[in-house]
Amino acid sequence: MSEALKLTDLSKSFAVGKRLFGPPKAMVHAVQPLDLTVTTGETLGIVGESGCGKSTLAKMLVGLLPPTTGQIEIEGAVLDNADPARFGKRIQYVFQDPISSLNPRKTIRQIMEVPLRRLHHMDKATRAARIREIFAAVNLREEFLDRYPHEFSGGQAQRIGIARALAAQARILILDEPVSALDVSVQAQVLNLLADLKEAFGLTYLFISHDLAVVEAVSDRIAVLYFGAIVEVGSAREIFANARHPYTALLAASAPEVGRPIVAPETAATELPDPLSPPLGCAFNERCGFATDRCRAEKPALTTDETGRAFACFNPLATTR
Amino acid sequence: MTGYILKRLVSAIPVLLGISVIVFLIMAMIPGDPATAILGSYATPENVEKLNRDLGLDQGLVPRYFIWLGHMVQGDFGRSFALNRPVLDEVLDRFGATLILAGTSFVLCSLLGVAAGVVSAARQYGWADKAITFVVLVGISIPSFFLGMMMILIFAVQLRWFPVSGMWPIYGDRTLWVLLDHLFMPALALAVVATGVIARLARSAMLEVLRQDFIRTARAKGVREGRVIWRHALRAAMVSIIPVLGIQAGFVLSGAVYIEMVFQWPGVGRMLVDAILKRDILLVQGGVVFIAACYVMFNIMVDVAQAMLDPRIKT
Amino acid sequence: MRGFLTLLARNRLALVGLIVIGCVALLALITPLLPLANPNVIDTPNRFQPPFSAGAVLGTDHLGRDLLSRLLWGTRLSLAMGLAAAMIAATIGSAIGIIAGYYGGRTDNVIMRGVDMLMGFPYILLALAIVAALGPGLMNALIAVAAVNVPFFARNIRGITVGIAHKEFVDAARLSGMRNRDIILSEVLPNVLPVIVIAMSTTVGWMILETAGLSFLGLGSQPPQADLGSMLGEARSALITHPHTSIVPGAMILVIVMGINLLGDGVRDALDPRLKSGALSRPMPATTVDRHGPVPTARTDSLLDIVGLRTEFRVRDRVYKAVGGVDLHVEQGECLGIIGESGSGKSVTALSVMGLVASPPGVITGGAVHFDGTDLIGAPYEVLRALRGRRVAYIFQDPLATLHPLYKVGDQLIEAIQTHDPLSKEAARIRAIDLLKSVRIPNAESRIDSYPYEMSGGMRQRVGIAMALANDPDVIIADEPTTALDVTVQAQILSVLSDLRRERGLAIIFITHDFGVVGQLCDRVAVMYAGQIVEEGPTEAVLRNPHHPYTSRLIDCVPTLGGGQRKLAAIPGLPPVVDRLPVGCAFAERCDKADPTCRADAIALMPTGAGRKTRCLFPETKQERIV
Repeated sequence: MSEALKLTDLSKSFAVGKRLFGPPKAMVHAVQPLDLTVTTGETLGIVGESGCGKSTLAKMLVGLLPPTTGQIEIEGAVLDNADPARFGKRIQYVFQDPISSLNPRKTIRQIMEVPLRRLHHMDKATRAARIREIFAAVNLREEFLDRYPHEFSGGQAQRIGIARALAAQARILILDEPVSALDVSVQAQVLNLLADLKEAFGLTYLFISHDLAVVEAVSDRIAVLYFGAIVEVGSAREIFANARHPYTALLAASAPEVGRPIVAPETAATELPDPLSPPLGCAFNERCGFATDRCRAEKPALTTDETGRAFACFNPLATTR
Repeated sequence: MTGYILKRLVSAIPVLLGISVIVFLIMAMIPGDPATAILGSYATPENVEKLNRDLGLDQGLVPRYFIWLGHMVQGDFGRSFALNRPVLDEVLDRFGATLILAGTSFVLCSLLGVAAGVVSAARQYGWADKAITFVVLVGISIPSFFLGMMMILIFAVQLRWFPVSGMWPIYGDRTLWVLLDHLFMPALALAVVATGVIARLARSAMLEVLRQDFIRTARAKGVREGRVIWRHALRAAMVSIIPVLGIQAGFVLSGAVYIEMVFQWPGVGRMLVDAILKRDILLVQGGVVFIAACYVMFNIMVDVAQAMLDPRIKT
Repeated sequence: MRGFLTLLARNRLALVGLIVIGCVALLALITPLLPLANPNVIDTPNRFQPPFSAGAVLGTDHLGRDLLSRLLWGTRLSLAMGLAAAMIAATIGSAIGIIAGYYGGRTDNVIMRGVDMLMGFPYILLALAIVAALGPGLMNALIAVAAVNVPFFARNIRGITVGIAHKEFVDAARLSGMRNRDIILSEVLPNVLPVIVIAMSTTVGWMILETAGLSFLGLGSQPPQADLGSMLGEARSALITHPHTSIVPGAMILVIVMGINLLGDGVRDALDPRLKSGALSRPMPATTVDRHGPVPTARTDSLLDIVGLRTEFRVRDRVYKAVGGVDLHVEQGECLGIIGESGSGKSVTALSVMGLVASPPGVITGGAVHFDGTDLIGAPYEVLRALRGRRVAYIFQDPLATLHPLYKVGDQLIEAIQTHDPLSKEAARIRAIDLLKSVRIPNAESRIDSYPYEMSGGMRQRVGIAMALANDPDVIIADEPTTALDVTVQAQILSVLSDLRRERGLAIIFITHDFGVVGQLCDRVAVMYAGQIVEEGPTEAVLRNPHHPYTSRLIDCVPTLGGGQRKLAAIPGLPPVVDRLPVGCAFAERCDKADPTCRADAIALMPTGAGRKTRCLFPETKQERIV
């Protein structure tokens, strides 16, 4: 089992209140230093609510944002300067909003040709053949190639987005909320297509979403992000059913489910901490029913237990088994 | 709010410096010997030499700038050779007249423009909207100097309602009423273009805002339509209208140059044009810097108004 | 291009502008070929000839020169000057704007500070300074006008570029291996170009006015050469004695600039995608009603009884039947869920009740909404307004967009209260604080003075709920109130709603696309597809044992937590577009059970069990579900 993606000490901070000269007024740590490995052929789900840093993380992984610290290793190669063109052959990105990820003034063929020409320097005939091949793989008709993006529905546009990512021949795809802009009946089509493609091309996925049920359905392993840090990592089958971190448990309890009575799972603070003045200890302590003085003073580190589950909590929930 | 005003005032300093640099550089483009250009071709050699010494004209561009700036900060804008008096005195004498004209026009165009825009948007495609749209179109298409000339022809010469030109009668008392009588036509002619621009912008800003969700919320609450338009929608639309009012103030000030020519209004605009034609460089330079500085201050007031309207702007 | 011309031609005013400008431009082009007198030959004995005199159709000026000839030559010069200035300013300004907007950061900061400084001058000061330095003259005036307008273009185009540079397709191009230069040229520029054209077409007229203005002041074209501005300037001294010498060039400027402005507006309307769809029109205070035929009477004595409701959107020549005959009723204290995908008509149904569908383009074309004995469709606006918020209140989806950004939440609540209840401001404020407490906002006394932007999404939505509760309504219509929120916040909001409903005996119509939410909150559920209700019944029965194939397939599509990694069921195809609905069942095309009878005729909503109705010829049976 080789490592498709290895992140070491990766973090990103943004300056707030930039000035023309001199240092900025404050720094916001969108992603706190984190280590993560994704095995080849695996689907790693990344779950978190808005503001947890999941999109920032994704953008760093494809070189669209330079990391503040740490390094990214893709298939053994260290990519330390943010250069999407160098990343592009190894790792690709599927965007959340399928329509706005396609240039409205280009035909689909023009859009599809760019990675083939720029990243792989193919000649015209080879490009045409390759596009035909990819379109067949994502179940799109070839006549679509000469149309413009606005002529497509969300589901079709997302297939085109996936096709473009495939054209770069990267073996790792970052899927950033790929179905959250789609209707449920179409969402399932795209998710199933992704599963088929993974098998056919031997891909590795990083599947980012806020929808627990979707992530659970597609992932092998899941990492839960809260306030820019990983709070728990575990197998998809186990992590929600048997959460160790109170935040994971809160997420699982909050997901609306037929037949379960509504309970407000929180009592005290209900909001995310202010990123400009982050809490001292565990970022979750103000919302946590189990928080102790230690939680308020010290940041828990991500530790792995004997079952392979990793969590960052001083007072983890008991395993039900 | 005080903090915000102070912050804006401090941030005006680099803008003012920048403006002085731009004016200085433009004036440095004057071909030939600057002293001769400033004093005119009939200047005596002694005068040329004295000026060269005073302004450091024999030195490089950078020291010259700082000498000039130093003089200006002390209130010395130089001496107009054509009028043979200090530039600042002349500018200050003339500025009041321009302020009266442009200020009246600005108030007029802001009120009329915003009101016309709101009515136009509220009655979109109705007869009021169509009428306003047409008037506005004519307004933004007519040169203000031509409009002024036609007004003189019709209202002063034909109908004899208003005096033909000037700010004060040659004989007689200088009362407010007399001033208003003289002010009416030029102020109106000057306001027309800006009114058109503001009305158009106000209309589209209102249309934009009226489609927003919070307008639907207000209606869903049962708020009366008049209140929806004049309170909910206009308040939100003002956020995009106010910056344009600031820009339009600059246009009114600019248009004042033409109107002062047409109506023989004794303001800075006419002074500047005369100075250019007489190649009275220091008067132009001083006048431009002075007015630009006033305009910068005015724009700070606009920003402050904006900040008072929109709490999202950090105070 | 063709579409552009069609759109332009559709706009009659723009067409007039195009014709006027076409004629003027043609005249200007052929001026040298016309048998005109030399415009600069002085003939003082014949000065100030009136129009229509022999040999001078428009008369002569103060030096006896032929006015018609001078007018045409002057027009030629003015047009050329205006166009040249516009081209120069647009090219330089756009280039600066694109570079600043695309690269951002320090580049942007430095460039835009410079631009701001240039805009710190009233434009004519800068122009005057430039002319003062370079000396009066045509070219110098041209340079001055162009230079003065560069900052306007730069700022305008920069704004647009910033928006485009942050679009996802630019990121995608980067990941496809494109470099900055290529991205600017092939991704950014094509998207900015329409805006440049719009900005140019709306400023050419202005530039002609400005160059004419400088000439008028004697700073532009120098004698004997004349553009329209200098003609006017020279004629000024004879304004009172010989007005025609002023009126001729002045009227020409007016005609040209007006023509250009009309055309420019047409170009803008044709190129702006938002205007293209006819979207920029203001919604009326209440949805337009265009109802034919008899008004259906109430079927039940329910609190709210919607009968045969039809709402459509009329965009140009297309009609989108968003709601095609919906029957629904809500009882006192009941929670009815309406579930459907986007475009199913669920929100439009809800908004139609109180006439809040944006109109234009929305029109209610049929049906009735009986509320407490009154038919709300077609009710006078004042009746509707009195009921809005008082008896029927709404909660909308995105709490940031639905609250007024510039008023404190307290003031918005107080307004909601005072609209229907003549309370004093103090009394209303006390009630507002109580309302905030009832939706469990901590520190209500201080939160009441917050602005919406100072609150989190969940808190804002609580304010939205408090506002709906302000006048103790009978029915609350909640249009996807939790869709924009995170799950943990959604759970809180649902719990607030659920408790309030029980405490106050509220009837709720809850619109959502989430089966889980419906299952937790609603007593009854109606499933909508393509503008119609396809199934209705008690929530638990419908979710456990759906009768309509659509409901059944849709439930299968949605993954539920705890199922582990798996393949999901999918519905093939796409929902139909509501401007081309099929004759029979709208779902037939995606349904594996459909046969020709499904497509033959409209299908009625038929009773299928206790309190249940289904619009299907072949309802699902229990056995099928289990398999």
